[in-house]
Amino acid sequence: MTISRRGLLATGAAVGLLTACGSDTGRGGAGESGSGPALSQWYHQYGEQGTEQAVKKYAAAYKKARVAVQWRPGNYDQQTAAALLTTSGPDVFEVNGPSLDQIQGKQVADLTELFEGVKDDFNPAVLAPKTYDGRIWGIPQVIDMQMLFYRKSLLEDAGVRPPRTLDELVDTAAKLTDKEVKGLFLGNDAGAGVLGGTPLYAAGLSLVTDDGKVGFDDPAAARALGKLHQLYADKSLLLGAPADWSDPSAFLQGLTAMQWSGLWALPAVQKALGDDFGVLPFPKDGADGAPSVPVGAYSAAVSTRSAHQEAGKDFLKWLWIERTDYQEDFALGYGFHIPARISLAKRADKLKDGAAADAVRFTTEHGYAQPLLWTPAAQTAYQDALNRIIKDGANPESELKKVVRRVSAELARVTSK
Amino acid sequence: MSAAQAQSAKRITRNRTGWFWVFVGPFVLGLGLFTYVPLGWSVWLSFFDAHNTVTPDRFVGLDNYIALLRDEAFRSSLWTFCVFTLFIVPTTYAASLALALMVNRLRRAQAFFRSVFFLPAACSYVVAALIWKMSLFNGVRFGLANTLLGYAGADSVAWLSTTDPPWYWLVIVTVRLWLQAGFYMILFLAGLQRISPTLYEAAAVDGARPGWQVFRHITFPQLRATSVAVVLLLVINAFQAFDEFYNLLSDARGYPPYARPPLVYLYYTALGQGQNLGLGSAGAVLLALIIAVVTVGQARWFGLGRKEAD
Repeated sequence: MTISRRGLLATGAAVGLLTACGSDTGRGGAGESGSGPALSQWYHQYGEQGTEQAVKKYAAAYKKARVAVQWRPGNYDQQTAAALLTTSGPDVFEVNGPSLDQIQGKQVADLTELFEGVKDDFNPAVLAPKTYDGRIWGIPQVIDMQMLFYRKSLLEDAGVRPPRTLDELVDTAAKLTDKEVKGLFLGNDAGAGVLGGTPLYAAGLSLVTDDGKVGFDDPAAARALGKLHQLYADKSLLLGAPADWSDPSAFLQGLTAMQWSGLWALPAVQKALGDDFGVLPFPKDGADGAPSVPVGAYSAAVSTRSAHQEAGKDFLKWLWIERTDYQEDFALGYGFHIPARISLAKRADKLKDGAAADAVRFTTEHGYAQPLLWTPAAQTAYQDALNRIIKDGANPESELKKVVRRVSAELARVTSK
Repeated sequence: MSAAQAQSAKRITRNRTGWFWVFVGPFVLGLGLFTYVPLGWSVWLSFFDAHNTVTPDRFVGLDNYIALLRDEAFRSSLWTFCVFTLFIVPTTYAASLALALMVNRLRRAQAFFRSVFFLPAACSYVVAALIWKMSLFNGVRFGLANTLLGYAGADSVAWLSTTDPPWYWLVIVTVRLWLQAGFYMILFLAGLQRISPTLYEAAAVDGARPGWQVFRHITFPQLRATSVAVVLLLVINAFQAFDEFYNLLSDARGYPPYARPPLVYLYYTALGQGQNLGLGSAGAVLLALIIAVVTVGQARWFGLGRKEAD
């Protein structure tokens, strides 16, 4: 499937118009059924066709409460954060977290009891960031992961093999670059945003250690991040593409030979390129390194401002713990995600061979999730530094030193509570 | 004055007060509720540790202010803002004045050109920013700017992602220039049309050469009031810089550390997942102070509101 820029813009505009017409009354309307208390459930807007209808179908099938689904386009994180400060927010909602501040601020309810007997069936990598103080604050819905897509034919033409170390990645990207095609696409900001901690994990380090300390106060960190600057300096990186890294368009349009993107892009890539592509984890760096892929999960949470907390918990338990058929449908029926339940992931036919099977393997073997203690303030400081290292060629050691200081202060703040 | 007259005079006064409140009341109420209460609340928040709450209970004194002033990113955002103002105010001023002078000299089709140059002012900042980002100045070979470079045989430039040289300023400044030059051109046109023709006649009689000399000694000084208004508006607009920066440079993962004006920085601090409302409020208060100082200083410097005779 080739997406022309004009087509993309037109669809974007059409979608924008459609969503602008959407009603925003909060209660009532589509997807409401059953008896009992009225619950409002929020989802962020998924790009995949049919997801909205699916979640409304699930809500309608629940009989013990009247669940109204709100499908919210736009800056979902900002919207929920603001709504949680008031009583007019959702009763149950999905969240890219919940964040540590949300948990410490008692904005989300403790859901530990719901996991009784099934806790071990949830993928531990994504359950860990939902756990704080031994309690679980959100039910992981599906796992998303990111990986490197490469065009087999282009690599063969250039006479290079798929990169297995960060150094090889730098060389390969340079060899694949010519006037028309760039070697690698890491996002329009040259990678600082999407890579985040991935290169650190690839160098055998971490963002935050298990005992709550800065995980990258180590010379290996500066070495790995410095190599990312090499990619930029070699002009091997595609920059300023009309669609950013999360969209496979640049890769499919032949603007780049390799692209960092997500599992969700796999169906489109498969459809357009057939067998002419492969996937890789972020390659390891240094002797202590290991390949890494970031994994994450939106989770379902209950707002403590809700008047029907217990009803909300019952509903979430029903949907995200008991109804495994819906969970499987949600993960694989529309887009392409790995179910958060290990038993479901093992069972799914779609994940048994080819690149999808590779992706599942990367997730289990090399997956890391952003630690809960990694706060937005820490993220900003780190991302700013990474940006300066990659683009301005700033000295990685001194930049990281500043970040370590800032992150230590941030960790001290959140662990003192 | 009879007793009856006094009574009726009193009633009139009372009626007047009543009507005063009928007319002014709703406005004052709205202003209070939507401007002063949030303003006061924000000042109050700025002295608290307000993570994810607007009703905090941990008083921290001036800690938020100190943290912000020590924060290199915030200081650099103030610097960004200054650079942007230095770029945009003179260029818009010069461009809109030049446009006005040219349009004003037209004998025919003046209304047409006036409208054409004014039209961009009706375009939304968000839409314009997206067009600039995705079609004119995207980084790939088929973007408009890169196509032109391609004709000249030069390599493609990633306009918004290149920090050395900082090409992103070109994109940011041109989009705003395109959007607002037409509007200020209209202000200058109005100013130009108020200059009495007798002044030009007198100048011609005195032997002033048309062109630079007339502009320097007649037109420009006569435009003083308009110029002051235009510069003030431009500076205030520059302070509010947010829309085009955010839409040109942000992505799903945040915002790069360059070309980040204070409002964008505070947006990420206080809103989004940051939700550090105390720190955000402290930033807002600092910004408000800076704006107040600059505006008062500017008004003094230009003698805003002073009578022409002074």
